[in-house]
Amino acid sequence: MTMVLALSVQGLMKRFDRPAVDHLNLEVRAGEFYALLGPNGAGKTTTLRMVAGLLPPDAGGIEVFGVDARRDPVAAKQMMAWVCDEPLIYDKLTPIEYLEFVAALWGREASDAERAAREVLAGLGLAAHQHERCEGFSKGMRQKVALAGALVHDPKLIILDEPLTGLDAVSARHVKALLQERVRAGCTVIMTTHILEVAERMADRIGVIVAGRLVAEGTLEELRAQGGRDASLEDLFVALVADNAEAA
Amino acid sequence: MTASLPLPWLIRHEARLAWRDMVAMLTAGRPQRLRGAIIALVIVAALLHLPAMAMVGQYATQASSPDKTTLVVMLGSLTMAAALMLSQAIESVTRAFYARADLDLLMSSPIDIANVFSIRLLTIALAVTMMALIVFAPFVDVLVIRGGPRWLAAFGVVIALGLTATAAAIALTSILFRLFGPKRTRLVAQVLAAVIGAAFIIGLQIAGVMSYGTLSRFAVLTSDAAAAAAPGPDSVVWWPVRALLGDAVALTALLATGLIGLGVTMALCSASIGDTIAHASYVAQTAQRRGGDRAFHRLSRHQALWWKELLLLRRDPWLMSQTLMQLLYLVPPAVFLWRSFGDLSNAAVLVTPVIVMAAGQLAGGLAWLTISGEDARDLIATAPLSAARVMRAKVEVVLMIIAAVFAPLVLPLTLASPSQALVAALGVALAGASATAIQFWFRSEARRSQFRRRQTASRLATFAEAFSSIGWAATSALVLAMPVVAGASAALTIAVLAVARKLGPAGRS
Repeated sequence: MTMVLALSVQGLMKRFDRPAVDHLNLEVRAGEFYALLGPNGAGKTTTLRMVAGLLPPDAGGIEVFGVDARRDPVAAKQMMAWVCDEPLIYDKLTPIEYLEFVAALWGREASDAERAAREVLAGLGLAAHQHERCEGFSKGMRQKVALAGALVHDPKLIILDEPLTGLDAVSARHVKALLQERVRAGCTVIMTTHILEVAERMADRIGVIVAGRLVAEGTLEELRAQGGRDASLEDLFVALVADNAEAA
Repeated sequence: MTASLPLPWLIRHEARLAWRDMVAMLTAGRPQRLRGAIIALVIVAALLHLPAMAMVGQYATQASSPDKTTLVVMLGSLTMAAALMLSQAIESVTRAFYARADLDLLMSSPIDIANVFSIRLLTIALAVTMMALIVFAPFVDVLVIRGGPRWLAAFGVVIALGLTATAAAIALTSILFRLFGPKRTRLVAQVLAAVIGAAFIIGLQIAGVMSYGTLSRFAVLTSDAAAAAAPGPDSVVWWPVRALLGDAVALTALLATGLIGLGVTMALCSASIGDTIAHASYVAQTAQRRGGDRAFHRLSRHQALWWKELLLLRRDPWLMSQTLMQLLYLVPPAVFLWRSFGDLSNAAVLVTPVIVMAAGQLAGGLAWLTISGEDARDLIATAPLSAARVMRAKVEVVLMIIAAVFAPLVLPLTLASPSQALVAALGVALAGASATAIQFWFRSEARRSQFRRRQTASRLATFAEAFSSIGWAATSALVLAMPVVAGASAALTIAVLAVARKLGPAGRS
């Protein structure tokens, strides 16, 4: 049986004053939870911003469920959702207005959109605030609104860049549960995080990126096999970063 | 226990913040541009001496006891200046009330918070006064050069007006806060600031139109009726004019009034000002309104983009004051149009360029908010819509608003002269479209809250927008009055647009 790829990145390159992403190859299977780890400045965010269509690559190919994202960005975007660590939402809209706007942008049926918006808001503990303008929200609440926006149009691929930043423990648990529920329903999630425990508990596969290159990839067990049975993900991560920093 | 920080230290701290804020305004956040900005400012100030010479040169040799008509004109001019300063002070004080910035730090620190806010208000007084001194300096220079050093007293009058305007602004805003509460005061204060800034000038123009059939604001001031109604030359009403003419006693009294007024206002308000600012900034941060607004329900992608822009423009807390003044200035031409209905040929020539100019200016502001001021940039960029389609929706919203605002002014013209109405409509469309195009060529990534600073972000765009609006206004007037040269004016305006497009970041790349 052929394995369906949610994301295929081939030879991706982006250079600012130095190479940020350097001939990166990455494949994420449909329906898996993929955690992308790496030290600060490793190129994680740059990679994901290129995949989401926010940054043009210098070279390389990006395919989302077989659609060439560089040739047909609109079709690729129709299947994706993007959430970054700095929630950029409209201060003057209420969460329900924001979600209905997002649903309309993605062309979701009005009746579906309304139901989905209420479900997502309830799932993230925002139901009581759905008619309040976002300008008064804490960073955590804004992050939840942004995340709700990513979920409301039922994307096949959700890309999250540090989505748990600023969330309290209860909210973080809500978000993690919601993401796992989506994965169980067949959605693909790619997430960067500095919280290794989250990657360890939630991810089907983990990729480690250092200096713009993928230096290790696999399930937690596969990665442990590289560093010894007793090694924690933190031990493995630190060792990988140190080795590759020396090599670079 | 509160720590008593030395006042000079607090003043220095606030002055440093105010200075850096001003530098950021002048240089669009790039301090390396400061030298260039200062040079540009000096050149503009030097050039302003030419219109100043034309406007006030004739008054420089005025005797220290002028006739009643001159007294009325001078007092009227001072009142206009005071109204504008009061308008600016109300907006500054309101901004200070609603800014969160370092409030958490200050409120949580062991210092006497009343002192900090008093000094902050004093800084506003200084800023308002400094701005007025800069604006009026060319006029005073002309008076001093042509009439002698006695006119240096005019600087003292400007300082006194600045202090008085700030005192009045603090008192007014505090009263508004008590009357309307923290949620509504921001809007009410903006409307009040715009009305005060424009009311006196507009009032004079409307009175001029109604009584003398002219838009000149000096028609009423120089009339026999005004001179007859004015009090005798010894009245205290003329003290500001006497101070302007170099009367030391009047000037001292004026300065004392300003200082005492500011001191008393601050003393009266200082006890509650900390609470007021804390409430206002908390509301600014946490404003929550309930309502089952189903704005986006059952809309297509394109309609959703339209509606989002319209909703955000409607809810913009500072847009009102920025545009209300522009729209208020359309009232006198509208009255003029109404009064001159029997002789529309003359009226249209005068009214059309005003309407066209206002359309360009309003379109520029709206286009910046919709095109550059996109707060959820990532969301829009990752939405399954082409960038061109998003941009088209944004531009359409700007043009729709321009059409909605200016149609009621242009449509009445069609009843009397369809051809003149067509010229006005075309002028509005061209000025609106040109200003929008300039904002498109010079688009940048910004937050909507940076709207106030949009004019310093790209001076090239600001000048291009102003020249284009003036160009289309002149063209429309010339089409009606001197059609032979209208083509040249249109060609010049198109050239301005072509240069702007070439120099814009999109054209350079």
